[in-house]
Amino acid sequence: MARISTAEEWGHRLESVDALESYREQLLAERDPDRPTIIVCHGTGCRANGSPKVAEAFRAAIEAENLDAAVVPQIKTTGCHGFCSRGPLVIMEPSGIFYEKVKPDDAEEIVKTTLVEGKPVERLLYENPNTGEHVTHHEEIPFYKHQERIVMRHIGTIDPRDIRDSLASGAYKGLAKALSTMKPEQVVEEVTQSGLRGRGGAGFPTGRKWTTAIKAAERKQEPLYVVVNGDEGDPGAFMDRTLMEGDPHALLEGLILGAYAMGAHEGFIYVRAEYPLAIEHLNIAMDQARELGLLGEDILGSGFSFDVQINRGAGAFVCGESTALFTSIEGRAGEPRPKYVRSAEEGLWGKPTVLNNVETWCNVPLIIENGAEWYAGLGVPHSTGTKVFSLVGKVNNVGLVEVPMGMPLNDLIEKIGGGVPGQDHFKAVQTGGPSGGCLPWELRETPVDFDSLTRAGSMMGSGGMIVMDDRDCVVDVARYFLRFLEDESCGKCLPCRLGLQSMLQFLDAFSSGKGSVEDIEALKSLARAVQDGSLCALGGSAPNPVLTTIRYFAEEYEAHIRDGKCPAGVCKDLITYRIDPDVCTGCGACARSCPQQCITGEKKEPHTIDETQCIRCGMCMESCKFGAVVVE
Amino acid sequence: MSKKSEKDNGKIHFTIDGQEVEAEEGWTVLDTARHYRIPIPTLCHHEAVKPSGACRLCVVEAKQGDWSKVVISCMYPPWEGVEIQTRSERVMNVRRWILEMLLAECPAAEEIRALAAEHGVLDTRFKVEDPEEQCLLCGLCVRVCEEVVGVRAISFGSRGVHKHIATPYMVPNQACIACGSCVTVCPTGAMEARLERVRGDIAERTGHGFAH
Amino acid sequence: MKQEGKDIDAILERYPEEPRYLIALLQDVQAEYNYISEENLKLICEHLCVPVTQAWAVATFYKSFSLEPRGEHEIKVCLGTACHLKGGQRLVENLTRDLGVQPEETTPDLKFTLDTVNCLGACALAPVAVVDEEYQAQVTSKKLKKTIQKLAAE
Repeated sequence: MARISTAEEWGHRLESVDALESYREQLLAERDPDRPTIIVCHGTGCRANGSPKVAEAFRAAIEAENLDAAVVPQIKTTGCHGFCSRGPLVIMEPSGIFYEKVKPDDAEEIVKTTLVEGKPVERLLYENPNTGEHVTHHEEIPFYKHQERIVMRHIGTIDPRDIRDSLASGAYKGLAKALSTMKPEQVVEEVTQSGLRGRGGAGFPTGRKWTTAIKAAERKQEPLYVVVNGDEGDPGAFMDRTLMEGDPHALLEGLILGAYAMGAHEGFIYVRAEYPLAIEHLNIAMDQARELGLLGEDILGSGFSFDVQINRGAGAFVCGESTALFTSIEGRAGEPRPKYVRSAEEGLWGKPTVLNNVETWCNVPLIIENGAEWYAGLGVPHSTGTKVFSLVGKVNNVGLVEVPMGMPLNDLIEKIGGGVPGQDHFKAVQTGGPSGGCLPWELRETPVDFDSLTRAGSMMGSGGMIVMDDRDCVVDVARYFLRFLEDESCGKCLPCRLGLQSMLQFLDAFSSGKGSVEDIEALKSLARAVQDGSLCALGGSAPNPVLTTIRYFAEEYEAHIRDGKCPAGVCKDLITYRIDPDVCTGCGACARSCPQQCITGEKKEPHTIDETQCIRCGMCMESCKFGAVVVE
Repeated sequence: MSKKSEKDNGKIHFTIDGQEVEAEEGWTVLDTARHYRIPIPTLCHHEAVKPSGACRLCVVEAKQGDWSKVVISCMYPPWEGVEIQTRSERVMNVRRWILEMLLAECPAAEEIRALAAEHGVLDTRFKVEDPEEQCLLCGLCVRVCEEVVGVRAISFGSRGVHKHIATPYMVPNQACIACGSCVTVCPTGAMEARLERVRGDIAERTGHGFAH
Repeated sequence: MKQEGKDIDAILERYPEEPRYLIALLQDVQAEYNYISEENLKLICEHLCVPVTQAWAVATFYKSFSLEPRGEHEIKVCLGTACHLKGGQRLVENLTRDLGVQPEETTPDLKFTLDTVNCLGACALAPVAVVDEEYQAQVTSKKLKKTIQKLAAE
């Protein structure tokens, strides 16, 4: 692990709050705000699109250019900027020029044009799809303009592998304030007053959870544990991954503040196995924080000690459920237990435990630094603050967005998301992941806050927002989520293990045009039994997608059952692939790709598909460059 | 529970199906119901082991004013003034669906067929995978082996729809002391049918594992 | 992909002899050897004083553990919601046909393991597949087929 040279020069760990602040000042003084910096996004999305090679190309281009010492830029690799569909993203500082979809070959031109001549490279700028205009600076892009980035304020500007960068931008200020001026109970009070509610799904008031745990620990004379739920399992959600990867110190600071407030000395961060980069960055952050005395024994000379360890998940969605997460940390199979006694009272190893989601912990330093009143002024009365959403699916601007609670659904999708590609508006939006619900276009004015979403039959969940268009079938989507949960059910209780599988039998029938309208009623009745009877929230909320799609898209279910038609053209048993003879050029690409070899035709003549042999694999459609293959 | 229970000598007063009852401290709703001989069906419950809340047949509805929640009686701690309903519409809906699904899951279990019939469930619309199956994965065998016998010869393997009762690597476990406790607590005949696979051929045993 | 692993003792020594480290140890052994052999599972149990039944239950419960050797190359298709909407399931079906194995299975020549994952959190890249830890964004069946052919020829 990289050691922090400056800290060593400094001598040793920071022994007091004052020492931290003078170190921060020293770091800031060393920085030249005018020094050119090339920021290359290194979030998972941009990495996959080749950003490490882009950064490398910049290094080579700079060397080749033989720049004047004053112009030599710093190359900074940061966490995710959120605008993942446009990656790899590059931002030039201090000018703030924003480039999208940058290839290694572009590095040379950027260095020559922007760095040396100070001009933007037009072709790499963001183009507003509605006006066709080029936007030069990142804050002017609609995707960013309508956001309110508070929790994500440092993500994309700091190097998450270097604590000095975090400190220079204000990390651990809240901790310094708490340790030097606040008693633990004042920290709890501040969090309570802020109105912060858990960002992991249920929206339980954080301050109340903390208070319950503190009281239980006092009553039982037992240690109290603080735990981070980083088992972000909802498909289509990656807020927590981005926070852990992009600003690990915000999470650590929040956790240390919580530990101080509740008198905990041991903490755990439970991270999904699928997030190796988050684990790496957290480990680096923990090492660097320990080295500076921000974590471990006698934090900042305050006498308060606290340390934390990482537990890697092993591939089980159910471990996002609190009691299952605890059994997993204890080294057993992640089966939940009934929560008639709250985990704040009996959690990890039966001891009082406060489990909060990554985003919840990341809000804590903000609240302590700026005060509860400031925080409560954001958002709406019963849902204060902001929420990070992952906007994915059939939307132009796919990525991660942070907005104040209470923003209408449509603003999120239209203003920030830039609408649906090729269509006037969305068909449905699934919020809250597999446990949430599917809301139709008609409910587009629904404010996105905890209570409004619940009233509409959905839920906030962890913040996944999946946009669907006319080519998405709601029966298929309901079936998808059920199959996902069936696969992830621990199998302990019967309503979940048998119930999800039985509900699927209904939906499988519907999607192949079988079943009756009475079956829809039976399915609703079974769904209620699963809701009422299941042990944990996985089963308890599993029927939500089914119930909301039936509620809002009843005619689409009926079309499958009564007419044997899938209006969206998705359900395999109800569709046929056909080649449009007017469009087909007879190039033969489809015939070559067909695994069934059931496409025939003369060269340069329209081809045809033998429906009786077709397995609807879609290879022909994928291989046709002319859009001649259609689904009916 | 946020509802406060006022206790009189640790006793809790509440109603089950309108009947006034009194629970000793530490009793669950099921304990109380059994004390008053109010029937509540169970499959995964046994006095010898801790409750686990797997079968969910013992659900009841807990009510107070406008608030109501379906809970499992085998683990739910009663509180002063709560109204418990053992046969409400929501309760019966859960039980009937569980029983209908069990008829497909373990069709060979006589006990379950009888219980289903008592609830008016005579047939199942769901797919039967194995007509010989009797196991509902209630886990009593696993719990008794661990908690009472102290051996842990069997466990659950895998998860979800693939979950099953097994010995590691599906070979007879030398740790098994062939005490038969698992067979005794099994609510159906499932464990009897599996016993050979757990303990193997006793004649070939070297004596290891019998020290208990 | 590693076939020959380090000495198991070196991995065992990373953790104190407490049952709570069972999952961490299984993960390290899985990472080193590509699977958890019966012998290694028993050594882990001895080290942590955990009954084999518990370790076996844990190893079969969690998706990231494998009790059988996995293929030299691992193809993981994401089936998160965004990938599902953009045809992830079709990728799996076509791979199943090309490789002749079902998801979570390994080809008889131990060359390929086909796997699915419930969301990698890389939704902007949908549909995504990961071949030997390398992300393939907006992947198609055709591209995957080519990748397989290339790897098979190696």
